[in-house]
Amino acid sequence: MSLITPDFGLLVWMTLIFGIVFFVLAKWGFPMITDSIQKRADRINESIRQAKEAEERLRNLATEQAAIIEEASKEQTRILKEAASARDKMLEQAKAQARDEAAKIIDQARVQIAAEKESAMRDIRKEVALLSVSVAEKVLRKDLDSDEGRSELVSRFVDELRS
Amino acid sequence: MKFLKYILVMLMILPFQARALAQEDTEVDLDMDEYLYGHVRDSYEWHITTINGKPVSIPLPVIVISKAGSGVHVFSSKHLEEGEYKGFSIATSGKYENKIVEKGPGGAEIRPWDFSITKNVLGLLINSAILLLIVLGTARWYRKHDATQEAPKGGVGIMEMMVSMVEDDIIKDCVGEDYKRYSPYLLTAFFFIFINNLMGIVPFFPGGANITGNIAVTLVLALFTFFTVNIFGNKHYWKDILWPDVPTWLKVPLPLMPLIEIIGMFTKPFSLMVRLFANILAGHFMILGVVAVIFLTAKMGIAVNGGLTVVAVILGVFMDCLEILVAFIQAYVFTMLSAVFIGLSRQKAETN
Repeated sequence: MSLITPDFGLLVWMTLIFGIVFFVLAKWGFPMITDSIQKRADRINESIRQAKEAEERLRNLATEQAAIIEEASKEQTRILKEAASARDKMLEQAKAQARDEAAKIIDQARVQIAAEKESAMRDIRKEVALLSVSVAEKVLRKDLDSDEGRSELVSRFVDELRS
Repeated sequence: MKFLKYILVMLMILPFQARALAQEDTEVDLDMDEYLYGHVRDSYEWHITTINGKPVSIPLPVIVISKAGSGVHVFSSKHLEEGEYKGFSIATSGKYENKIVEKGPGGAEIRPWDFSITKNVLGLLINSAILLLIVLGTARWYRKHDATQEAPKGGVGIMEMMVSMVEDDIIKDCVGEDYKRYSPYLLTAFFFIFINNLMGIVPFFPGGANITGNIAVTLVLALFTFFTVNIFGNKHYWKDILWPDVPTWLKVPLPLMPLIEIIGMFTKPFSLMVRLFANILAGHFMILGVVAVIFLTAKMGIAVNGGLTVVAVILGVFMDCLEILVAFIQAYVFTMLSAVFIGLSRQKAETN
């Protein structure tokens, strides 16, 4: 049967043709195609990996953000608290200072008042003294106008001197 | 659905035409052997059709080197139609039936070295040219475009899909680590077989040559795989053949297992050769047989002939679809088994 006996001529031709086809395709055909496909596949994989990374980073960013916000609010309350306490302290201080100041002023005022009083008293005393001198002068002058009076006065002075 | 109706109407008319043709053709019986084998075997001319009893065929160059000592002869095969030419003729019977023989001394038929461009050689050339065109055209697209930026469309896209299917499903899985080295061969084998299978199904020129259903063609393909496997086989592969991991009495004194393994070296490519050859040949026979029903029943009356023609055409369409599937499957199987054999020859010793 010629169907199952390989013909020599066809064997040679087939070897030659397949050999050439194989050589050409192996050199300029398939490696180009498979490499390109591989490159694209790699690129897609790489892109997916990067996207995943970015997503991961984004998710981290969100938690980071939340952390930052939380910290900020904590800081806020802390600052507020601090501010409140500082205000209280300042108020306290101011009050204390005011009290001190007031006390000082009062003291000064008191001293001044005392001094004023003193000087006023002194003035008054002087005035009174002058007044009493002038009264005494007037009394004396009236008494001295009369002889009786004069003698009586002299006698009283003498008495007084004696005693 | 409307389209289908037209097809059915056409089918109904067909038997009448076939009958008319059959009656015209006088009362010549269909020579089944000649019809079947004539279509699947190699020949020195490419028979296209027969018009009014005259064959229309493309004559092909005959290249023979005489063993009787008359040197190299190159001539057109149309000279052989008449009979003898320069002492060469196509044997009609005997050991070299349908082959060119040379009349030797004493009337003995001597087969010369025959390197003729036969129907199958021309078919191989045409199909190879188509294959080169397709693959190099695809490769050209990748050379011109940045594949990382855009994906091909249309024909290149189909080629890319098929190449990546073969590469990913067959080559990477079956060969293993260093698949890159073997992928050009396996891809070439796949597409070579596939395109030749497909062109074999096309019923008219330039298709129709029964190339992958020819044992010489599949033998060469199997030999390529055989040499690829055995030349690049690693130490572990040879150790597995010559000193396999079996009880010692199976190896010494009678090398039973090594013998079996060595036979296995040859049966693997042999099975590759026979599988592809037989599948494609059987497919051709089946389609030819189904079509033959129309002509065989031409004399049985219009009713029988008409009914069977419809059946034959429907069956023929079915067979053609099946053959397209087989064309793909056989290319796939050949490539996959080649890849598996290569993978086995590259296996590293198991580390338990």
